[in-house]
Amino acid sequence: MPDTTSAAEPSLSADTEGEHDDAAGFYTPGEPIADAKAPGGPVADRWATRKFESRLVNPANRRKLSIIIVGTGLAGASAAATLGEAGYRVKSFCYQDSPRRAHSIAAQGGINAAKNYKEDGDSTHRLFYDTVKGGDYRSRESNVYRLAEVSVNIIDQCVAQGVPFAREYGGLLDNRSFGGVQVSRTFYARGQTGQQLLIGAYQALERQVAAGTVSCYTRHEMVELIVVDGEDGPRARGIVARDMVTGEIETHTADVVVLASGGYGNVFYLSTNAMGCNVTATWRAHRKGAYMANPCYTQIHPTCIPVSGSHQSKLTLMSESLRNDGRIWVPKSKADCEKDPREIPEEARDYYLERIYPSFGNLVPRDIASRAAKNVCDEGRGVGPEVDGVRRGVYLDFTAAIERMGKDGIEEKYDNLFDMYERITGENPYEMPMRIYPAVHYVMGGLWVDYDLQASIPGLFVTGEANFSDHGANRLGASALMQGLADGYFVLPHTIRDYLADGPFEPVADDHPAVVEARESVQSRIDHFLNNAGTRSVDSYHRELGNIMWEFCGMERTEDGLKKAIDLIRTLKDDFWRNVKVLGTADSLNQSLEKAGRVADFFELGELMCIDALNRRESCGGHFRGESQTEDGEALRHDDQYAYVAAWEFAGDDQPPVLHKEDLVYTAIEMKQRSYK
Amino acid sequence: MKLTLKIWRQADSSDPGGMHTYELDEVSEDMSFLEMLDVLNEQLIEQGEDPVAFDSDCREGICGMCGLMINGDAHGPEVTTTCQLHMRSFSDGETITIEPWRADAFPVLKDLCVDRSAFDRMIASGGYISVNTGSAPEAHSVPVPRDDALRAFNVATCIGCGACVAACPNGSASLFMGAKITHLGELPQGQPERDSRVVNMVAQHDHEGFGGCTNIGQCTAACPKEIPLDVISQLNKDLRTAMRHGH
Ligand SMILES: Cc1cc2nc3c(=O)[nH]c(=O)nc-3n(C[C@H](O)[C@H](O)[C@H](O)COP(=O)(O)OP(=O)(O)OC[C@H]3O[C@@H](n4cnc5c(N)ncnc54)[C@H](O)[C@@H]3O)c2cc1C
Ligand code: SF4
Ligand code: FES
Repeated sequence: MPDTTSAAEPSLSADTEGEHDDAAGFYTPGEPIADAKAPGGPVADRWATRKFESRLVNPANRRKLSIIIVGTGLAGASAAATLGEAGYRVKSFCYQDSPRRAHSIAAQGGINAAKNYKEDGDSTHRLFYDTVKGGDYRSRESNVYRLAEVSVNIIDQCVAQGVPFAREYGGLLDNRSFGGVQVSRTFYARGQTGQQLLIGAYQALERQVAAGTVSCYTRHEMVELIVVDGEDGPRARGIVARDMVTGEIETHTADVVVLASGGYGNVFYLSTNAMGCNVTATWRAHRKGAYMANPCYTQIHPTCIPVSGSHQSKLTLMSESLRNDGRIWVPKSKADCEKDPREIPEEARDYYLERIYPSFGNLVPRDIASRAAKNVCDEGRGVGPEVDGVRRGVYLDFTAAIERMGKDGIEEKYDNLFDMYERITGENPYEMPMRIYPAVHYVMGGLWVDYDLQASIPGLFVTGEANFSDHGANRLGASALMQGLADGYFVLPHTIRDYLADGPFEPVADDHPAVVEARESVQSRIDHFLNNAGTRSVDSYHRELGNIMWEFCGMERTEDGLKKAIDLIRTLKDDFWRNVKVLGTADSLNQSLEKAGRVADFFELGELMCIDALNRRESCGGHFRGESQTEDGEALRHDDQYAYVAAWEFAGDDQPPVLHKEDLVYTAIEMKQRSYK
Repeated sequence: MKLTLKIWRQADSSDPGGMHTYELDEVSEDMSFLEMLDVLNEQLIEQGEDPVAFDSDCREGICGMCGLMINGDAHGPEVTTTCQLHMRSFSDGETITIEPWRADAFPVLKDLCVDRSAFDRMIASGGYISVNTGSAPEAHSVPVPRDDALRAFNVATCIGCGACVAACPNGSASLFMGAKITHLGELPQGQPERDSRVVNMVAQHDHEGFGGCTNIGQCTAACPKEIPLDVISQLNKDLRTAMRHGH
């Protein structure tokens, strides 16, 4: 994908309609966040400064210190392996049957690193610059710089672990360019980079299991955070987990808790995320005092296989590299939508991206391509099967490319993607244009963390997709994997050390009031679900919630739509608590019960996402507010009003959340408007 | 289409379990096999009957979490994972038998879910390269011939699903183990621990109660990632070499 930023226009004009507070009444203003604790000085020196300042823990004392890590994806597994090696006592949790199955495994495209192996002008600074710009200037400069800085070490580490990255004939690593940048800095292992990186981290983790420093609790779901109030204020000291096989409610306490529990894109029900991805771990922490930042930032990926029917459980992503050769179109006339596309003549086709964005054409960035596809389908010109009365699909046509490169050329370049498409749809894409549609893919929002990756509750650290810090309003391709591993291998081990230097903390007894309260709240939720004499399945609620979120808090949001969504969510949530039906027992493997807890949390998150979206009356990255667009329909940011992180504090059930703003300050980079025309 | 489903139901690992028969209408051929089971479960919940437990997560054929015996075949009639199997592979009116993976080393937890943690313990016994974080050399300091890297990659694609074990009449995990031995053994980084790795992994394999390999080849036929049978020859070769080296 090409560079998407024009060079001019340093700052933007204010909204001509003046100040707005669309979310007034839905929240309470709170104190601003003054300090995210990054060291001062030039951006390039900050991480070195912090590492030096971070206090040391003597190796003999590390055995006495305990760490809970929830999540075994790239962020969690890499942290557990590294902290285990260092000699701390680590407990690692995941809900799957093995740490190796965390959702990171599904990442296809690759991982970025500023190695400059191609001598094409890449550098730490350029990776930093591209990432901040790609995030539409809504990420934190200090964090992103650090990410770019440690990216090079990630590749070294993974290669040493045996990750089989693509190689050139001379035996050196190959890389390619990907996702909105002009340098080749993406390392990849065919279409399975996430899998290979995760297997590397998982193997390092299992090595520590054998060494006795890490214990794995698989098929264990964290269902509550334990926060203990001490003389010096509250601290995160443990979790309540449900053994998903026996149903036993267990408490685990430690000196520090790390959440690496991934993203919450499944609030939309249909997404490219794994089925089990959920918000429970971070939402429970949010309810206990951890701020949730920028929850409305959702990345929607334009090249997914469309929905085929109402039975559909998930969506499958196809690499966006397909847009390099495929041409995207729909019929000009609604009347042609049911026809065989091969019978629709050239002049009856609307190559809408090429028409609207002549200079970028089919290669416009993810958010633009997604929104344009939605618009043509909403107009009634979508193709493919009709689901709930609308055809949601556009053609991705390789006919011209096949004529140009031959079928063999296409096969060599895209073979496995074409096969995958045929397996899922039953259509042969060599003969029939593919159909694609946008789908929810990744969330840039997450728990608020400071420069040390510590949440607003001391002793709670958050890494990977579960935190909010590095991607701003839009994530560039191949940088989530980079962030997960940077956090786990190279950042957290230094910052958590400084926290642990004050430990070991006083042990927390099983009958401590905070532990008892946490267990009891878990128990009462479970009892409620199992004793509720309802009539509707959990999945049916999740599906309905997902529809509301997609319709009103998806690719385009408006004030009216979001207000309506909040209403609908509240009504549905009410009905869920009164009318959900969960069969089976508490003391056994009970998948409906697991889902019920997750969907309950999705309801609360969904509402907060809408409030956050309502508050942000600007369009930036994955957040497009209908009220904030240029004359020709492009996203319009308002740096003068919204160059802040929205960090939400939970104020109690049925209380409006409290909004804390953290101003985004750029010292090493200048804010610019993006332009694609 | 209309289907008759014969499904193994087992409340927990101590329950003897048995087959139950369900009728399902309105199955579309666009559904994946697991979506068909989702639809069945919605129907069961409506009738007040405990839904069928089965494992899945990515539903993209990459995490290895899903896995069912379908009409006696691991992952069903196509060479793919259960989540990537679609109902167009079946026909209207068919009776489909669905069971959990069958192997002593994979005890049933409930219905169609089994415990595959033996695989994790095999990896912990030696399926890694020992390198502490931060002590890795610069990646380009050790070139890897492209063909070696390619071969390592081709076998590193194992998703740990366990179909090979379920398909094997001996319940052997040799294909899974051979894939890991070959992946790490093909790379220069994997050499220092090559002997100890194979010896320890084989010991763990036997300790877990997996059977021995008698070269039947059902494993590779069932493997959704088409891991070739010669990884088992590689495993045996590495084991002999390690023994000669005195392990
Ligand atoms: C289809 C797809 C393709 C992608 N491709 C790319 C790509 O090419 N490049 C790129 O950089 N990024 C890509 N991404 C994004 C990237 O894969 C993810 O953002 C990243 O892997 C997240 O890693 P993580 O470690 O934060 O979380 P995850 O890998 O999601 O791990 C979450 C972990 O938390 C555990 N967990 C969650 N909740 C609980 C709980 N309550 N109790 C116990 N355990 C819990 C889970 O068991 C799991 O172990 C892709 C994403 C998708 C969906
Ligand atoms: S070798 Fe094949 S069948 Fe066996 S676990 Fe790996 S992917 Fe599954
Ligand atoms: S669910 Fe992940 S491979 Fe089938």
